[in-house]
Amino acid sequence: MVWQKHDYEDIPGTYVFNGERSHSGYNLNKMAFSFNHEANRKEFAADMDAYCRKYNLSDEQREAVLAGDFLKLLHLGGNVYYLAKIAIFHGLTVQDAGASFQGITTAEFKKKLEDNAEGFQEALKKRGGFWHG
Amino acid sequence: MAKIIGGITTSHIPAIGNAMASKLENDPYWKRFFDGYEPVKAWLEEVKPDVAIIVYNDHGLNFFLNTVPTFALGCADEYHNDDEGWGIPTTASFKGDAQFSWHLAESLINQNFDLTTCQEMKVDHGCVVPMSLMWRHLPEWPCKLIPLAVNTVQHPLPSAQRCYDLGKALRKAIESYPEDTKVVIFGTGGLSHQLQGERAGIIDVEFDMECMEYIVNDPDKMTAFSNTEIMEKAGTEGIEVIMWMVMRGALAPNVNVLHKHYHAPISNTGAGVLLLTDAKD
Repeated sequence: MVWQKHDYEDIPGTYVFNGERSHSGYNLNKMAFSFNHEANRKEFAADMDAYCRKYNLSDEQREAVLAGDFLKLLHLGGNVYYLAKIAIFHGLTVQDAGASFQGITTAEFKKKLEDNAEGFQEALKKRGGFWHG
Repeated sequence: MAKIIGGITTSHIPAIGNAMASKLENDPYWKRFFDGYEPVKAWLEEVKPDVAIIVYNDHGLNFFLNTVPTFALGCADEYHNDDEGWGIPTTASFKGDAQFSWHLAESLINQNFDLTTCQEMKVDHGCVVPMSLMWRHLPEWPCKLIPLAVNTVQHPLPSAQRCYDLGKALRKAIESYPEDTKVVIFGTGGLSHQLQGERAGIIDVEFDMECMEYIVNDPDKMTAFSNTEIMEKAGTEGIEVIMWMVMRGALAPNVNVLHKHYHAPISNTGAGVLLLTDAKD
C-alpha cells in the first residue's frame, strides 16, 4: 500500500490538501468542524486538552493545537479552512496564520501582499478595458 | 423558456463579508474594491433576474470531509446560512426553486454529469458573500438562489476543462426548462491567493489579468491549464478560478464584456469582477 505521488508536491512551501493529508488529518479537521456549534466552542475553550482527546487527535496534533502551531498542524493533515476554525481560539485570523507559517509578523505578511500587488493599477491600464473606479 | 441573461465573476472571501457587516465600504482600504461592484449592481437592478445560480465551494459548513461531492446541486425550496465557527455574521435565508433545480439535475445527469442532489444544503460564505455583494442594499433577496457547489477543497478536484464542460451542459439544462425564467450565473472565488504554507501570501497580478483575458476571449487557453499549473501560478486557493469556467461554459462562445474590474490585495486575494453577456454572433 502506497500513497500515490503528485506533480504538485514539487511546489515549494505548499501542502496541497489531498486524500493522503485528509486521511491523516481526519480527526483534527473533524474536531475543527465541530466548532461550527457554539456549545462545542465553549466546551473546547473550557478544556482544550480534554476536547482534543475526545476527538482522538494524535499527541503531536494535540500539542500543536494547544500551542497554536499552525505550520505543524498543516504538516499533520490540517486543512487551512478548518485550521481557521481553530485559529480563532488563539485570537488569530487567517492572515495571522499566514504570517506564522513563514515566521513573520502579520504586518510583514500584509506588506508582502501589498508588495506582490504593487503597480497593479498601471498593469490594468496597460492591458486596457478595466474599470478604474 | 428559461434563459441565461448574464454571467458574473467575483471573489467570495470572508473578509469581504466582515467588511460589509462592519460597513467599511468607504474605508480607504475597501473603497476601490467595493466601488467596482456598483456597475454590476446597476445592471442587475435593470435586468431583474428571477434566479441566481451561484457556483461556489463549501469551506466546511455543509460538507465535512466525510463526504465530499465533486459537484453538488441544491434542490430545495430554501437555503440557510449558518455559523461557520469564526464569527462571520449569518445572513437572511434564501428562497430556492426546487422544480427548476430538479430539472437541472435531471438534465445534467442525462448529459453524464453525475452530480449530487441536496434537499438540505447550508450555504456558507462562498455563496452568501456574492449574494450580499450584489443585493445587501435591498430589504430582501430579490431573486431565488440555486447553489452549485464544486469541490475545490480536497484534491483530486475537477479540471478547468471539466468545469467548462459542466457550464455548457448547464446552459442546455437551463434552456430546456419551459418556464420563463431569467437566470444569472455566478462563478465565484479566486483569483490568485494562497492561504497555507510558507508560500502563503502570493498574488500574481499578471496571471490574474491573463485568466480574465482568457476567460473572456479564449476559454480554451484556460482549459489547457492543469490544476497543478494553476496552483503554481495562482496559489492553492487560487484554484477556485476553475469555478469561473462553469459560468463561462454557460455563456455563448462569444461574449460582451459589460464590466471588468480588478483590485489587489483584498485580504490575501487578487479580486476580479466580470460581467459578461452573450454576444450576438
